[in-house]
Amino acid sequence: MPVPCNETAAPDVLSFMKAFTDIVCPTPKGLYCPPGDFYIDPTRPSPRAVVTHGHSDHARAGHGSVLATKETLAIMGARYGADFTPSQQAARYGERHRIGDATVWLSPAGHVLGSAQAVIEAHGRRIVVSGDYKRRPDPTCAPFEPVPCDVFITEATFGLPVFRHPDDGKEVAKALHMLDVFPERCVLIGAYALGKAQRIITLLRQGGYDAPVYIHGAMEKLCSLYESLGVELGDLRLTKDAVKGEMMSKIVIAPPSALGDRWSRRLPEPVNAFASGWMRVRARARQGGIELPLVISDHADWDELTGTLLELSPQEVWVTHGREEPLVHWAGLNGLKARPLHLAGYDEEDGEGPQGDNLKSAEDAAGEPA
Amino acid sequence: MNRFAELLDRLSYTPGRNDKLALIVDYFRHVPDPDRGYALAAMTGTLDFKHAKPAMIRGLIEERADPALFRWSRDYVGDTAETIALMWPVRPGVNRVPDLSEIVEELDRTSKLDMPGRIAGWLDALDETGRWALLKLITGAMRIGVSARLAKQALAQYGSLDIAEVEEVWHGLEPPYLDLFAWADGLAERPEHGTLAPFRPVMLSHPVEEADFARMDPADYRAEWKWDGIRVQAVSEGGVKRLYSRTGEDISGSFPDLIEAMRFEAAIDGELLVVRGGAVAPFSDLQQRLNRKTVGKKQLAEFPAGLRVYDLLVEDGEDLRPLPFDERRERLEAWVAARGEPRIGLSPLIPFANFDDLTELRGHAEAESVEGVMLKRGDSPYLAGRPKGYWWKWKRDPFLVDAVLLYAQRGSGRRSSFYSDYTFGVWKDGALVPVGKAYFGFTDDELKRLDRFVRDNTINSFGPVREVTHEPDKGLVLEVAFEGLQRSTRHKSGVAMRFPRINRIRWDKPPREADELGLLETMLE
Repeated sequence: MPVPCNETAAPDVLSFMKAFTDIVCPTPKGLYCPPGDFYIDPTRPSPRAVVTHGHSDHARAGHGSVLATKETLAIMGARYGADFTPSQQAARYGERHRIGDATVWLSPAGHVLGSAQAVIEAHGRRIVVSGDYKRRPDPTCAPFEPVPCDVFITEATFGLPVFRHPDDGKEVAKALHMLDVFPERCVLIGAYALGKAQRIITLLRQGGYDAPVYIHGAMEKLCSLYESLGVELGDLRLTKDAVKGEMMSKIVIAPPSALGDRWSRRLPEPVNAFASGWMRVRARARQGGIELPLVISDHADWDELTGTLLELSPQEVWVTHGREEPLVHWAGLNGLKARPLHLAGYDEEDGEGPQGDNLKSAEDAAGEPA
Repeated sequence: MNRFAELLDRLSYTPGRNDKLALIVDYFRHVPDPDRGYALAAMTGTLDFKHAKPAMIRGLIEERADPALFRWSRDYVGDTAETIALMWPVRPGVNRVPDLSEIVEELDRTSKLDMPGRIAGWLDALDETGRWALLKLITGAMRIGVSARLAKQALAQYGSLDIAEVEEVWHGLEPPYLDLFAWADGLAERPEHGTLAPFRPVMLSHPVEEADFARMDPADYRAEWKWDGIRVQAVSEGGVKRLYSRTGEDISGSFPDLIEAMRFEAAIDGELLVVRGGAVAPFSDLQQRLNRKTVGKKQLAEFPAGLRVYDLLVEDGEDLRPLPFDERRERLEAWVAARGEPRIGLSPLIPFANFDDLTELRGHAEAESVEGVMLKRGDSPYLAGRPKGYWWKWKRDPFLVDAVLLYAQRGSGRRSSFYSDYTFGVWKDGALVPVGKAYFGFTDDELKRLDRFVRDNTINSFGPVREVTHEPDKGLVLEVAFEGLQRSTRHKSGVAMRFPRINRIRWDKPPREADELGLLETMLE
């Protein structure tokens, strides 16, 4: 499916004179494509938006029109109501859409269900806006597909060489092991409601855990949506319908903000676990009062980021958000031309951002009364 | 090594003491000798590798990683050993994962020249938890919340042994403690300490309650000051001189002045204090001397260490512990007099006819370095542990102050959903200044009510900390009890409390009636 860059369009000599920033450029509202007059993941209401995935820092309500995968549109509908935009355009992976003087198509990003890289072609050039992505297999979504390009725009959430995510099956096995060690307690896993929670549940099922998984009320809608889109999650029950005793020696999944919140007092002596790439750093886990850190992330780790850049070897690498400087520095050492975009507005909530791990400040926002 | 790494990893994330004990006991049960012995040595801080040092380890990563990337990573992670463990370039399958014992023995044996290569080889073979554990082992800064005492406690629990006995034999033994584990496993007798000047487990007292006096005859008891220093055991036998803390940790290194003065053949029990010109200085002076690996000349001159001795356990090889207190006391007094050593003074007996006399004395004990009175039965032998009915401690009544709750922070572990750590303040020039922090002294029901108060009266949030309403007529007054008050330049109020705890919650009292800083200043030591 990947198409070599020089076959995409008949280049005319004049258009080669254009800079890459004439095709995609950073603006305060996010990345903008002048030839197509649309934004990618705009952070403010925009007339026309291409949305890479459903996390709320990338997918916001109030745009004039939205082009995204049907799964992403469904997630936005579930979160914001069916009228989140007057015009929805569902795009299949690989399906080309002409918008103004640009062509747009989506390629799987492997981040969460429905996540996509936006491939933008104009003036005979190809720029890939990867959104958030990861390279390792995830049973809940299609795997990342590399698209050769002139410019690759990458995130850098885990853009430091200390971030190497271990095997996710082994991480989930740690949670199951805890159930054996503390049969009178439950293991409460803090996980983002979109993507992470469903991935954990699926990994638990793959690890042989077929008992009920208890979920916080804030997880209900998105879990149902995943199931309706074909991701099997098995026996799920709501904590609010359960009595304390039945949750002993069981897995409970809740939004990170519910850990240590009054809500958790209904659980049988929970072992606090948190599934996030940040859990690789001990101080982070300890600050959050986490007893069982699970290093499971939906973002590329350092090896995946650098491996992807080497594999694609684009003419230029643009780094959107995260730890831009170290990744740009690494690219320079490896003969790649890279620059940081310093985009604001991403990495804040569902996307495992620096505030996401500040478990305690987000308390009481869990949605379910104590 | 993987099992050891896993143990350290779990310990570092486990807040509860009992849970930590369970993890260590489980490790002792499943890991064979000599690995478990070396693990015990690591946890009790008895390992020291002279050729493996932090600077050398830094050099290893600098050869393997870009310095700028290392710097950014170090800044982010906040711990050098952990950063190196995480970013070490992986070479899976290069080497067999070494055992803990192999590592410890090699670290001891390897020359300075060969050391970097040896450590790099292990780092290549281990996973990130293993690398972290190895680097923590080498740098000696474990930070896993396990004291030497807790590790010994775990061994005692594992072998159903008496912790006092473990402490008694401890100082004669060496890693990997094969004889200790054989004893714990019931395969051998208690190891006899082959070395001189071992630690003898100390005798401890019970707090005396009002009701106890009815059953006590004053004639049976002797009274001594309860000094506000640290309890130590000074042992000098066959030229070996050691100063032990009351849990059996060897603290000789911090007190060369006292060791020098230990020219005798005996084991004595007493209080370590700073003594200047025969007068005992307050606890804050003694703090200048605690927890130091080396002591400077300045400290030695400004904060001279001395002993107030109150018991004689062994004299010239004769074990006096089975003798009654009165006999030991007689021997002690003669012994101190014969020494004529200015640093070693007798802790005097306080004459009294009935307990009311002591109440008087106890209340007016103007000596800053006395925190109460000890009552010891004249016929008590010296017994390890805390036997009932022999020794009593009768503490001076605590200081009390009415303070206003200013901030609350969430607790950890089982208290993680409760605001259980309270910062409180008193009035100064019409404003409240923080004077301390307390997190115990209340019941579970009171905690629930306090937690509710904090949530309902929050005016600001800073991460895990909440600021609560504190106006003259709106807020919560806490009656805080504490043991003493010292000047402090670190606190805005200029004072710092010792052992503050919540004595009572004054739901009835408006903040305007809380105390002034001026009152606290009259309580300064």
